[in-house]
Amino acid sequence: MLAYLIRRLFAAAVMLVVIVMVVFGIFFLVPKWAGVDIALSFVGKQADPAAVAGVREKLGLGDPIYFQVWEFFKGIFVGRTYSGGGDVVHCSAPCFGYSFKSEQAVWPVLTDRFPVTLGLALGAAVLWLIFGVAAGVLSALKRGSIWDRGAMVVALAGVSLPIYFTGLLSLAIFAFGLHWIDAQYVPLSQSVGGWFGGMILPWITLAFLYAAMYARITRATMLEILGEDYIRTARAKGLREQTVIGKHAMRSTMTPLLTMLGMDLGALIGGAILTESTFNLPGLGRAVLDAIRNQDLPIILGVTLITSLAVLIANLVVDVLYAVIDPRVRLA
Amino acid sequence: MTTQRTSGRRKQALAAAAAVAALLTTAACGGGSDDKGGSKTGAAGYDAANNKVAQASLAKKGGTLKFGGAQDADSWDTTRGYYGFMWNFARYYSRQLVTGKTEPGKAGAQLTPDLADGLAKVTDNGKTYTYHLRDGITWEDGKPITSKDVKYGIERVWAQDVLSGGPTYLKDFLDPKGEYKGPYKDKSADHLGLKAIDTPDDKTIVFHLPKANSDFEEVLGLVSASPVRQDMDTKSKYGLHPFSSGPYKFQSYSPGKSLTLVRNTNWKQASDPIRKAYPDKITVQFFSDANQLDQRLLNGDLDLDINQTGMSPQGRTTALKQHKANLDNPVSGYIRYAVFPQSVKPFDNIECRKAVILGADHVSLQTARGGPIAGGDIGTNMLPPSVPGAEGQQYDPYGISGANKNGNVAEAKKALKACGHPNGFSTTIAVRNNKPVEVATAQSMQASLKKIGINAQIDQYDGSQTTGIIGSPSNVKKKGYGIIIMGWGPDFPTVQGFGLPLWDSKYIAPSGNNNYALINDKAIDGLFGQYVTTLDDAGKTKIATDINHKVMEGAYYLPFTFEKFINWRSDNLANVYTTDNYSGMYDFVNLGLKNPK
Amino acid sequence: MTELSKTGAAVGEPTTASPAPSAFLEVRDLKVHFPTDDGLVKSVDGLSFQLEKGKTLGIVGESGSGKSVTSLGIMGLHTAGQYGKRKAQISGEIWLDGTELLSADPDHVRKLRGREMAMIFQDPLSALHPYFTIGAQIVEAYRIHHDVDKKTARRRAIEMLDRVGIPQPDKRVDNYPHEFSGGMRQRAMIAMSLVNNPELLIADEPTTALDVTVQAQILDLIRDLQKEFGSAVIIITHDLGVVAELADDILVMYGGRCVERGPADKVFYEPRHPYTWGLLGSMPRLDREQQDRLIPVKGSPPSLINVPSGCAFNPRCPYADVPKDNVTRTVRPELTEVGSKHWAACHMSQEQRERIWIEEIAPKL
Repeated sequence: MLAYLIRRLFAAAVMLVVIVMVVFGIFFLVPKWAGVDIALSFVGKQADPAAVAGVREKLGLGDPIYFQVWEFFKGIFVGRTYSGGGDVVHCSAPCFGYSFKSEQAVWPVLTDRFPVTLGLALGAAVLWLIFGVAAGVLSALKRGSIWDRGAMVVALAGVSLPIYFTGLLSLAIFAFGLHWIDAQYVPLSQSVGGWFGGMILPWITLAFLYAAMYARITRATMLEILGEDYIRTARAKGLREQTVIGKHAMRSTMTPLLTMLGMDLGALIGGAILTESTFNLPGLGRAVLDAIRNQDLPIILGVTLITSLAVLIANLVVDVLYAVIDPRVRLA
Repeated sequence: MTTQRTSGRRKQALAAAAAVAALLTTAACGGGSDDKGGSKTGAAGYDAANNKVAQASLAKKGGTLKFGGAQDADSWDTTRGYYGFMWNFARYYSRQLVTGKTEPGKAGAQLTPDLADGLAKVTDNGKTYTYHLRDGITWEDGKPITSKDVKYGIERVWAQDVLSGGPTYLKDFLDPKGEYKGPYKDKSADHLGLKAIDTPDDKTIVFHLPKANSDFEEVLGLVSASPVRQDMDTKSKYGLHPFSSGPYKFQSYSPGKSLTLVRNTNWKQASDPIRKAYPDKITVQFFSDANQLDQRLLNGDLDLDINQTGMSPQGRTTALKQHKANLDNPVSGYIRYAVFPQSVKPFDNIECRKAVILGADHVSLQTARGGPIAGGDIGTNMLPPSVPGAEGQQYDPYGISGANKNGNVAEAKKALKACGHPNGFSTTIAVRNNKPVEVATAQSMQASLKKIGINAQIDQYDGSQTTGIIGSPSNVKKKGYGIIIMGWGPDFPTVQGFGLPLWDSKYIAPSGNNNYALINDKAIDGLFGQYVTTLDDAGKTKIATDINHKVMEGAYYLPFTFEKFINWRSDNLANVYTTDNYSGMYDFVNLGLKNPK
Repeated sequence: MTELSKTGAAVGEPTTASPAPSAFLEVRDLKVHFPTDDGLVKSVDGLSFQLEKGKTLGIVGESGSGKSVTSLGIMGLHTAGQYGKRKAQISGEIWLDGTELLSADPDHVRKLRGREMAMIFQDPLSALHPYFTIGAQIVEAYRIHHDVDKKTARRRAIEMLDRVGIPQPDKRVDNYPHEFSGGMRQRAMIAMSLVNNPELLIADEPTTALDVTVQAQILDLIRDLQKEFGSAVIIITHDLGVVAELADDILVMYGGRCVERGPADKVFYEPRHPYTWGLLGSMPRLDREQQDRLIPVKGSPPSLINVPSGCAFNPRCPYADVPKDNVTRTVRPELTEVGSKHWAACHMSQEQRERIWIEEIAPKL
């Protein structure tokens, strides 16, 4: 198990390096080939040549690309100093770059935005697991009934309706129509109630989408599992039906759900861009959206890296949990 | 990265969601519509604050004034900010020697003393400007603001390699040869080595221009001329927390998220004849989705849009139907236009340029811009109505808003013949991909040009790379951009503040170029030269008119609209008015609340 | 309930209260029908038999002949947990030790499952839950019917594993099914079935998924255990060879019905149904020299929705034209006694069958 973990961690690290290089290439190399000077996107309307030169110096755009990549990695571990034109900016480790648009180090931005996204993802996950799995199981057990058909129609709607539709709709109804909630983000540290009020609609909206998917998967898996021989065996032992379903069938149904959950959480932590922009939540997704709009390359790079990291970690956790759930995986 | 492009499916879903949302909001509001005379809710009425003051007497002291915005400032550093709303907002925490009057409309564009106790004493044939600072002016820590602080603040403009982004007029006017290297490379002990500015004592500041410029005082009225205290200068990071000289100071700022200003307790009302400083606190909340912002405005959660660039189509529609009394429809000062780079054939020939101007369907272009209310009046020439010397639609050399309103095919064909392309030609329209309205305009243009045999193909380029793509004449020529869709507003409301970078041949630059048409007209250059040495307003106005005529006669531009916006003001706002000083935006600095909460 | 068979059943209405039988297990006119979109599948269509304690019944037939459906019917597994599917229609009577199971309270039947009657399935790999240890699964089977703590149950599980011949049972008890070999898994499965000392053990193709050498061991084990526990055993198989040495009685099923039934030696040495002959012909035997002489039963099993009229076996029967007047294709033959406790359902006369068996079939076997 340990060797397996180490192997996976190593693979993840290699993956991260590759990702950084690819992203670097996209942002710094491709424009160069296209004949676009990135420095120009950092200066204003009256592009003073000194300004362009200053940006180039500070960003290190004159250096060869491999050197820039190297500097970036070095910065993560030992910090980095940007200087130019008599101005010195220190970016302490872990330095994930420095935004010349907003004059901030990237890492504090990420750590500031991360809790919002994490709260959003986890809160929504709790909701969608409870409701999605419950609906899926009930649907499977009452296959063909009105309940099943109704639930699956709702689930289909949930899967196919985009966030910015359900999100705007929920806002229009509950925030702007009925005025039940304010639906504006308040940090948890400021007010628990306010935070909850700001998060509840995003949670529900996001959970609706995912619960729908989870309900469908749960239903299909559950139906498949119920046809398994070992479920018949469980009944032949004289087990109560709730034990057969709740213990024997659920245990197997959990496996694909867990895989999905890991992937989904990983992807969401990288930024629920649509949800965050629909509800104006200051999370990673919005940070990257704004960064893309402002051509704030260092922020994009930082968020991309964090996203990749989140997905890789989620994968790792899923693999480990998989082994915990399914003893057959442990040998492999 | 293509987030700016909205896919068809997404658009449909958005439209559907907006429709449902609008329906629900209508139901919730009871659908009452208010008219010009004001409303039950207390809103002042449609256009009540457009070039006039609305509900000045209702403003009370205190409360929190809430801004929202879809776009953060480029920088809150007074030296680095270039966005119009940033200049407007910066008056909360920065003062200048002189600034625009806090009065509606045209009067707002007139200068009035701020830190100085009077307007400049101009001597030496317009080459020396002397100011004396008033008493009681202080920084947020209570220390007095000195002439040296003003000088240092201005010197920062020279440090472009660190503080890029802001306007560089001061540098161009005071040190056109670029001899001074900026305060950060200044070897003198006090870092005040700029020779063009003298500070004989803490109360007096003298500017020595190498060459007279009649707009110099206008430039001193820009926020880039604000004082900065040397010991508080955090260089590139100054924009995260500028040190206040105005009635409010930064409490917290998280870029792209939120900004909060609170009262600067060391600011004294007696020292400031301009700022009323009604609210106790000013907050700005940023959104990444303009529709969200509009919803919050409509819902009454926010008082106004800090960006002041007009509501988005959905919000606008709802607002016009249900909350008309909360809206103003000012002229923005922007002109939206197409420009023809002379380096791209056949636009080197004036007749071919005329053919496009005459053949285009100006009404449909106006519609693409949003129609007469949200888009603006059809533009007929290149001087914005807010600039002295402008004649508005009265000057219409190509009959754009008159006879040729819907495109004059016969006249256009005549021009094509004269140009040597009787059957038309092919060209490329360059348009920013992140401005849907501009893309729509390009498509409208493409359609009407087809009628006169001009085959235009549309190239949507990365809007964030504007400076590098269309700001590079060699690239424009290489790509064959015969028509570029753009817009421009005045940095300060004079012909120089609007047109100098666009029309003066000296401003043709290999990159970051704004003279897209590559106008190299001795007559225009001469008029600008004459303008800067003309000190009387009547003379300046006359020259502005002449320059505009010259530009139009050269047929370098096809104006679309004299742009107008629909801007929102909440029921709770008082003392609201638009000002030409900031291109038709509300004057932020003196906004008050009726019910401070 | 609908659709009684046109030819009628030996016993009348299914749920009428008839006297409790003296036999330990008695199945009377059992019918298990499954409604489907294509029609009613008559998997079991009027089956009756008896079984005493300590005896072994072999039910033999091809796939789809209804043998597994019968066993699941006895266990009550057609009705338990069939979510949303169209319910199986079951009629007839199943008496187990004086209780009629079909009309009994389902929860009562559940309590009998695993305790009074247990079952061994064909493929132990799929029949054991892959995520639980062998021990946990046996412990669960024991504790559901016995109010004991986990330790006691675990001791019992180890004891059972030991009893079925699993080496180092105290260690293997914590293994997962995939860590066992096929034979071991089936032993574990048997241990699990017998953990509650059931009176009735149903083994559904217990050796089909196993190697030939292991098959014999498993069959020996079942026989030994039966002797030890004194249970009644039903062995369901498609292979007569499996039950040759194990079963006291043999019931041959075809198309959901019984075509021949009798003591094992009778069925083996004096079979009186052409289908049984076919099965015997296709039985691999160790004493036979060449495997290529195997004669499979030609043709495919009958559709259970449109069962051939007359004798269900007639399309495949080489002697279908022996009886006169096309009777094999029009009239369904009833079971008739052909010897002591020996029954068969065939239109051919006793003499004809005797002659064919002696002259044509037996010599080739």
